[in-house]
Amino acid sequence: MSLRLTLITTWRIIGQRRRDHRTLALVTLVPALLMVLMRYVFDSKPLFERLAPTLLAIFPFIVMFLVTSVATLRERRSGTLERLMTMPIAKLDLLLGYAVAFGLLAVIQVGVAASLCLFWLGLDVKGSFALMFGIAVLDAVLGMALGLFVSAFARTEFQAVQFMPLFAGTQVLLCGLLVPRDHMAGVLARISDFLPLSYAVDALKLITTSAELSRELIQDIGVVAACSLLALAAGAATLRRRTA
Amino acid sequence: MNSCAVEVEGLRVVRGGTEVLHGLDCSIPRSALTALVGPSGCGKSTLLRAMVGVQVVAQGRVTVLGRAAGSRALRGRIGYATESPAVYADLSVRDNLRYFAAILKAEAPAAELVLEQVGLTRESERLVAQLSGGQLSRTSLAVALLNQPELLILDEPTIGLDPVLREELWRLFHQLAGDLGATLIVSSHIMDEAARCEQLLMMRDGRILAGDTPEGVRRSTGSQDLEQAFMRLAGETGAAVGTPA
Repeated sequence: MSLRLTLITTWRIIGQRRRDHRTLALVTLVPALLMVLMRYVFDSKPLFERLAPTLLAIFPFIVMFLVTSVATLRERRSGTLERLMTMPIAKLDLLLGYAVAFGLLAVIQVGVAASLCLFWLGLDVKGSFALMFGIAVLDAVLGMALGLFVSAFARTEFQAVQFMPLFAGTQVLLCGLLVPRDHMAGVLARISDFLPLSYAVDALKLITTSAELSRELIQDIGVVAACSLLALAAGAATLRRRTA
Repeated sequence: MNSCAVEVEGLRVVRGGTEVLHGLDCSIPRSALTALVGPSGCGKSTLLRAMVGVQVVAQGRVTVLGRAAGSRALRGRIGYATESPAVYADLSVRDNLRYFAAILKAEAPAAELVLEQVGLTRESERLVAQLSGGQLSRTSLAVALLNQPELLILDEPTIGLDPVLREELWRLFHQLAGDLGATLIVSSHIMDEAARCEQLLMMRDGRILAGDTPEGVRRSTGSQDLEQAFMRLAGETGAAVGTPA
């Protein structure tokens, strides 16, 4: 593993995205736009205040999942991954390069969406704004890591896109967006305990409603971070130097 | 020190349930230009992939520069270009070269040098996605040349190029083997291209038909040209359908 190789890979991935203005605009602005829609579709500030933390977890998660699974699938399909595997670069360097590049993109995306909620849509955050921002970025990184991992099982970009409703959609339904998790059918509530997005949503709910740095909050953050690392490690395991 | 750059013993490869290489043996001499010729689908690419160490192998041994193919010490000592160009379409030619050069820790002017070698200096700022097919494969070739590797494995590098460019590239290959002492293995399905190489490996249906100098192959088969030699060798193995020996 080498910091140098990670950073030059990050720089290369940023270079690839930099020219693609449309994707950049979509990634940074779409979650913010959806936030505005949510605010005025319900047209109720209290309701928005209740939903906004959940949405701040969901939108970056989904967007990062999609962007990453397509980008890494391309790397696999175009032969560049095979080429890299013949060179002196570790799999982890490559994956961390992706993680840092898309993590930076997530920072911008969450920054735009969160600022909008705070300064225009009137979301009131009781806890630390910086920590809320950090949790949302971590959650975007989780989406990214899952996207990386899942891309190993897609042969085409069509399949990769269809994995989104499967892996992200189910988590969105079960994370407590529609009804609180403890109001769901018992089995589903149990299942949602095993889905990482649930913990990201819980953490964001806690930070917006309480200034206290509770043990529960720290646990939630820990689970999201651990799941991200786990998904990255699983992603590394799917990269092979030799293929059939 | 072994005089062979690559040695392949009893190599069997199975892809998608079918055996594509059937216990193949061959050796590639150092500091020479070896052409690997045979019809498409005969297993050339698979053999090259096994040498690079990216192919899952069912049985057999592949030794490259004295080490097992694919071992860590070989990474960066081999230049490899696949038939389909493995470069980033959404970066410029130069940015592609800079990225791979940084990984290989190639000298700073390496990118400029290889651009000149493959004749892409004028296109260096263009986005790879906007290049023609020939320019694309030359970009991929340029990446393989970056760190002046001791062993260059090139899969159909001249496919789709106009004859003038093809000629230029073959001159470059000869030059790399001759002046710089590199070992080159270049696959092609065009027999004519192989005629001027120092060594020749003829392949068909996952087997080596002949491994000799082009002159040697012609002589031993009593043929005028390599095309004819191929026909005769294919006839001998009995695998040919409707080809008179």
